[in-house]
Amino acid sequence: MTVQEWTFVMVGMSFAIYILIAFKSRAQSTSDFYVAGKGVNPIVNGMATAADWMSAASFLSMAGLIAFLGKDGSVYLMGWTGGYVLLALLLAPYLRKFGQFTVPDFIGERYYSNTARVVAVLCLIFISFTYIAGQMRGVGIVFSRFLEVDINLGVLIGMGIVFVYAVWGGMKGITYTQVAQYTVLIFAYLVPAIYISIIMTNNPIPQLGFGSTLAGSPEFLLDKLDKVTTDLGFTAYTENTKSKIDVFCITAALMVGTAGLPHVIVRFFTVPSFRAARKSAGYALIFIALLYTTAPAVSAFARMNLIDSIQDTEYSNSPQWFQNWETIGLIAWKDKNSDGLIRYSSGNALDGIKPVYIDGEGSSGERLVLNEPDFSNENEVYIDRDIIVLANPEIAKLPFWVIALVAAGGVAAALSTAAGLLITISSAISHDLLKKTFMPRISEKQELLYSRLATAFAIGIAGLFGIYPPAFVAQVVAFAFGLAASTLFPVLLLGIFSKRLNKEGAIAGMLIGLIFTAGYIIYFKFLAPELNTSDNWLFGISPEGIGFIGMLINVSVSLIVSSLTSPPPKEVSSMVEGLRQP
Amino acid sequence: MDYYWKANLKILFCLLTIWFIVSFGFGILLSDWLDQFRIGGFKLGFWFAQQGSIYVFILLIFTYVFLMGRLDKKVSAERDKKDS
Repeated sequence: MTVQEWTFVMVGMSFAIYILIAFKSRAQSTSDFYVAGKGVNPIVNGMATAADWMSAASFLSMAGLIAFLGKDGSVYLMGWTGGYVLLALLLAPYLRKFGQFTVPDFIGERYYSNTARVVAVLCLIFISFTYIAGQMRGVGIVFSRFLEVDINLGVLIGMGIVFVYAVWGGMKGITYTQVAQYTVLIFAYLVPAIYISIIMTNNPIPQLGFGSTLAGSPEFLLDKLDKVTTDLGFTAYTENTKSKIDVFCITAALMVGTAGLPHVIVRFFTVPSFRAARKSAGYALIFIALLYTTAPAVSAFARMNLIDSIQDTEYSNSPQWFQNWETIGLIAWKDKNSDGLIRYSSGNALDGIKPVYIDGEGSSGERLVLNEPDFSNENEVYIDRDIIVLANPEIAKLPFWVIALVAAGGVAAALSTAAGLLITISSAISHDLLKKTFMPRISEKQELLYSRLATAFAIGIAGLFGIYPPAFVAQVVAFAFGLAASTLFPVLLLGIFSKRLNKEGAIAGMLIGLIFTAGYIIYFKFLAPELNTSDNWLFGISPEGIGFIGMLINVSVSLIVSSLTSPPPKEVSSMVEGLRQP
Repeated sequence: MDYYWKANLKILFCLLTIWFIVSFGFGILLSDWLDQFRIGGFKLGFWFAQQGSIYVFILLIFTYVFLMGRLDKKVSAERDKKDS
C-alpha cells in the first residue's frame, strides 16, 4: 500500500471510533453537557485533559520549534508543564469544590457581580477562538500533505466530525472521544520517536537516546550537534540565545497562562470530588509528560538528521521528502552560488523570509521563487518549522504505516483540542450570558438546546478561521497565554487565597492586566513590528513574556483597590471559607 | 478548622519553593553554571531545562496528593472524636 492509502485507512478508522464513542455517550442534561455529569474517573479525566491540552501546536509544531531554538525551546517544555503544578496546588481542587459549571460562574459568584462575569466571558471567548484558529490550520496541513485533498475540504471534514460528537455528546461525549484521541496521538508520537532513537543511538528510549552516543561512534549526540551547529554559524544547540530575563518571563507567562486557561480548568469540574481533582491533575501531567519529554529528543534527532541528509547534496539527488514539501510550499531552495549543491547554514535564505513561488523550474529543477536571495549569509534553504514532526519519519526513512499513523495523530491532537474549546465557548454563551445574565427564565431543556446551538455556531466560526486563516494566527498565540495569565489567573487565585479581595479590585485588576498586556503585544506585533527587538522592549522582555508582568500588575492593582474600598459581603467570605475546608 | 488551612498553606509553600528552584533556578538562572557537570551525554543545566524539571513537576503533584490525603484523614478523625 502507498502512504496515501495507509493514511486513508488510519484516519478513517480513527474517525469511525470517535463517532461510535460519541453515539454511546450522548448528553441528557445540562450537567452532562457542561461537566459530563461530574462522574468522570480521575485517570480517565487525566487522559482527556492531556488530549484537550495537547493541541496541533504541541503535536505538530513544538518539536520543530525546539529543533531550531535549541536550549531556548525549554521555555515551551517547562512553561507548558509547570503550569499543571500551579493548577493542581492552587486552583483545581478549590474550583471543583465550588461545584458550578464554568470558570466565569466562579468569577461572577465570588465577586458578586455580573459585570465581572461578563468581562470573564469576553476574555474566555477571545482566548478560546485564538486557539481554535490554530487547530483548524493543523487539520488543513495534515489533509493537504497526506491525503492530497484541498485544504478547505479537509477543514470541512474536520468540522463535520467535531460537529457530530460535540453537539450530540457535549462534555460527556467529548471526554470519552478525547481518551481515544489521546491513545491515537501518543502512539503516533512515540512510535516514530522510538524508531529514530534506535536508528541514531541504538537506545529505544528517546528520553535517554538523545543523551547517548551516536550509533557506531564514541561521540555523544548532543556534543556532535553542538559542533555541527556552531560550524554552520548557529548558536550551539545546548546554549541559550535569548537573554535570561526573557527566558524567565516567557516561561513564567506560559506556566501561569496554562493554569488560567478556561478549557483546561473546566476539565477538573468533571471529576466527582476535590480530592479527585488533585489526583487528576497529577495523572494529566504524567500523560502530558510522555509527549513533552519525548519532544526535545525528537527535536535533537530531527536537527541532526536534517543537516546530515541535505548538506552539500546536489538538488537532483536530494531526498524525496525535500521535494515533496517544496511542492506543498513549505521548503524553498535558492542556489546562491550556482553550484547545484544545497547549502544550509544560519541566516535567512531569502529576502522577506517567506518564499513567494512563481511558475517554472530553475537550472537544477527546483521551484522558482520571486524573492531575491539574501546575500548577507550563505544559507540557501528556507524550511517551515511546522513540517519537522510530519517530515521526520520520512527523513528517517520509516515504513509507510508509521507516516500514516503520524498523520492520524496530528488530526487527533487538533480535533480533541478544538472540541474542548468549543464546549468552553458554548457553555460560556448559553450558561453565563443567557441563563445567568440575560435570560434567567429559560428552563433546563431550553438551556440545553441553546448550548447545542451555541456549539454549532462556534464550529461555524472556527471553520471560517480554518478556511480563511487570519494571517496573524502565529502572532496571537502569545495573546492567548498573555491574556489568560494577566486577566483570569490572578482573579481566580486571589478569589481563593484572599478573602478581602472585592468586586472593585477584581474588575480593576482584570481591566488593567488586559489593557497593559494587550497594548504591549499589539504595539510590538501589529503597530510597530519593525521595533520588535530586544533593545526596545521593556526590561528586555519580549511580547511572549509580557503576560507575566501583566499578572504582577493585575495582582498589585487588585489588592490596592480592594484595600481602599469596602470589603465583600458576609456570604462571600463564608463561601471562600467553605472552599478552604476539607 | 483554621488548623487545616494553615497546614495546607505550609505544604503549598514548601512544594512551590521546590517548584521554583528546579524550574526557574536549575533550568534557567543557574543553568549555565550547572552545565559544567554532566549526566551521560547531557550537560546538567540543559537536562534540567528540557527533561528533569518535568519529572520533578510530576513528583510534586503526587507529593501534594499524598500529604493532603493524610491531612484530610487526620482532620476527619479528629472531628469524629469530637462528635462522639
